Amino acid sequence: MAKLGAVVEKVRSKNAGPFWLTIDIFCGSAESFNRVDRQLSTGAVAKTLQQDEGSFKRFSMPELNVLKFSVPRPHVQGSRLDRDMHGAQWALLIEEIDLAD
Amino acid sequence: MTKVLIPTGALGLGFDSDALDAGVAAAPDIIAIDGGSTDSGPYYLGTGTSKYSRNTTKSEWRALMVARAQAGVPLVIGTSGTCGADQCVDWMYDITIELAAELGQSLKIARLYSDQSGEVVKQALCENHIKPLHPAPAIDGTVLDDCTGIVALAGVEQIQAALDTGADIILAGRTTDTAIIAALPLARGANAGGAWHGAKIGECGAFCTTDPRSGTIMVDFDETGFSVKPMANGVHCTTQTVSAHMLYENSDPFILYEPGGHLDVTHSHYQQQDVNTVRVSGSQWVTATDYTVKLEGSRIVGFQTVAMSILREQRYIENVDQWVDGIRDSVAERITNNQIAEPEEFDMEFRLIGRDSALGALESPTTPPREIGVMAIVTARSQAMATEIAKMINPYLLHHPLTANEATPTFAFPFSPAEIPRGPLYEFCINHVMVLDDPMDAFRLETTEVHNG
Repeated sequence: MAKLGAVVEKVRSKNAGPFWLTIDIFCGSAESFNRVDRQLSTGAVAKTLQQDEGSFKRFSMPELNVLKFSVPRPHVQGSRLDRDMHGAQWALLIEEIDLAD
Repeated sequence: MTKVLIPTGALGLGFDSDALDAGVAAAPDIIAIDGGSTDSGPYYLGTGTSKYSRNTTKSEWRALMVARAQAGVPLVIGTSGTCGADQCVDWMYDITIELAAELGQSLKIARLYSDQSGEVVKQALCENHIKPLHPAPAIDGTVLDDCTGIVALAGVEQIQAALDTGADIILAGRTTDTAIIAALPLARGANAGGAWHGAKIGECGAFCTTDPRSGTIMVDFDETGFSVKPMANGVHCTTQTVSAHMLYENSDPFILYEPGGHLDVTHSHYQQQDVNTVRVSGSQWVTATDYTVKLEGSRIVGFQTVAMSILREQRYIENVDQWVDGIRDSVAERITNNQIAEPEEFDMEFRLIGRDSALGALESPTTPPREIGVMAIVTARSQAMATEIAKMINPYLLHHPLTANEATPTFAFPFSPAEIPRGPLYEFCINHVMVLDDPMDAFRLETTEVHNG
């Protein structure tokens, strides 16, 4: 098993407006991209963030070696239950997902 | 050919002054800069205030006003003062007037206002002119009445109207990030897909280059597309850095909705023109049937007081959930017994800094930390009630024992008083668009002339 963070260059999560969260996985190479695109299921990301798989949008962008996910924010940005105004910490959870060898 | 000089991603972020000088020397047709976004949260729209210091803003704006005078072209700022409320446009106007006097500049200044009254939006809601985006919170007359700030995001048409006044400086309220950049190229007949795409790539300044901190870039628009290059020495645009910017803060990297239509970059072609410059063509603009503008609204949903205590003793750290539950139960009982508040009038939350305060239930447990900061957040119907409840929590945060039979412990309070009233809690409560018959229907334009020297 390998942590996703060890296989890719960088994972970034960020608000896309107050109502959406977007996660960009910069794989850094075609080899890494192909592996992550094949092994990282939308379901695994949804489970990590405890959201419905059906609410995710997934974009595979081989020309950039980027895999991108977008999902409505679990809590609207800045509302009482939101813990991270800019949504940047979710990326760290994605980096900790295990990929099969 | 229309050249748009973008000094940096947002006024207040700073820029390389040599890069700005190089940009001015390259003869731009307009200087465009963004002044904000929703990214700092609902407080700014709720209060109509800026996140950046007035001194920082004034100092950077001075450099841009000097650059404008040198270049002899219009200077436009969108989303003035973080949120683009009318009050923030006037804040920028005051700064501009001060600087004009200090610099001895005579100017024509246009102010574009984006505030919406709750009454107008309610009327539009009744007439079915308000459409939800996904995910949209439910809105009704009560929600709209509660809003302390509502703005509509202007597009290119409103910025073009401001440019048509012949203004030297345009201080715009809320606009889309792209509108201030795309407006002049589109007015001069640039390719529509290219204009919107180049504006999106350029909206964060040098974020689309190899050195985001260098700030300044130039986007050159024409009949088939655009090219983009950094103004700082040793910085490059590559096909990778440019195309990757479509990902940034965008839920869909191929489609971008704007007033009047949407941009589709599915078939865009990115080409390295020279070592610094990237050329982009093939972007599509799709005009919508209805002309819509997005609305943003912020309302007060309560008042908060926070208090903080720091646990260092290992036994308390290992049993922190039990400790917090004990405090919550004791305080809740006292609130009920003393008739301080009804259960629906307040909320008490304890966030454990050092354990899981950033991610909550998503966090996975690790070995106990050396210390835990316990941040009690009270949200209540009034500020007085929130502070009253925080004061009731205070002795527990200081002295609550894990068991009945131990000597009274004392934990670390960082402040006196321990309670910090935070004021109102604001919430973004609108994610809708409004249909307009005429783009200027929801916006107001005012021009003034100042004479100095």
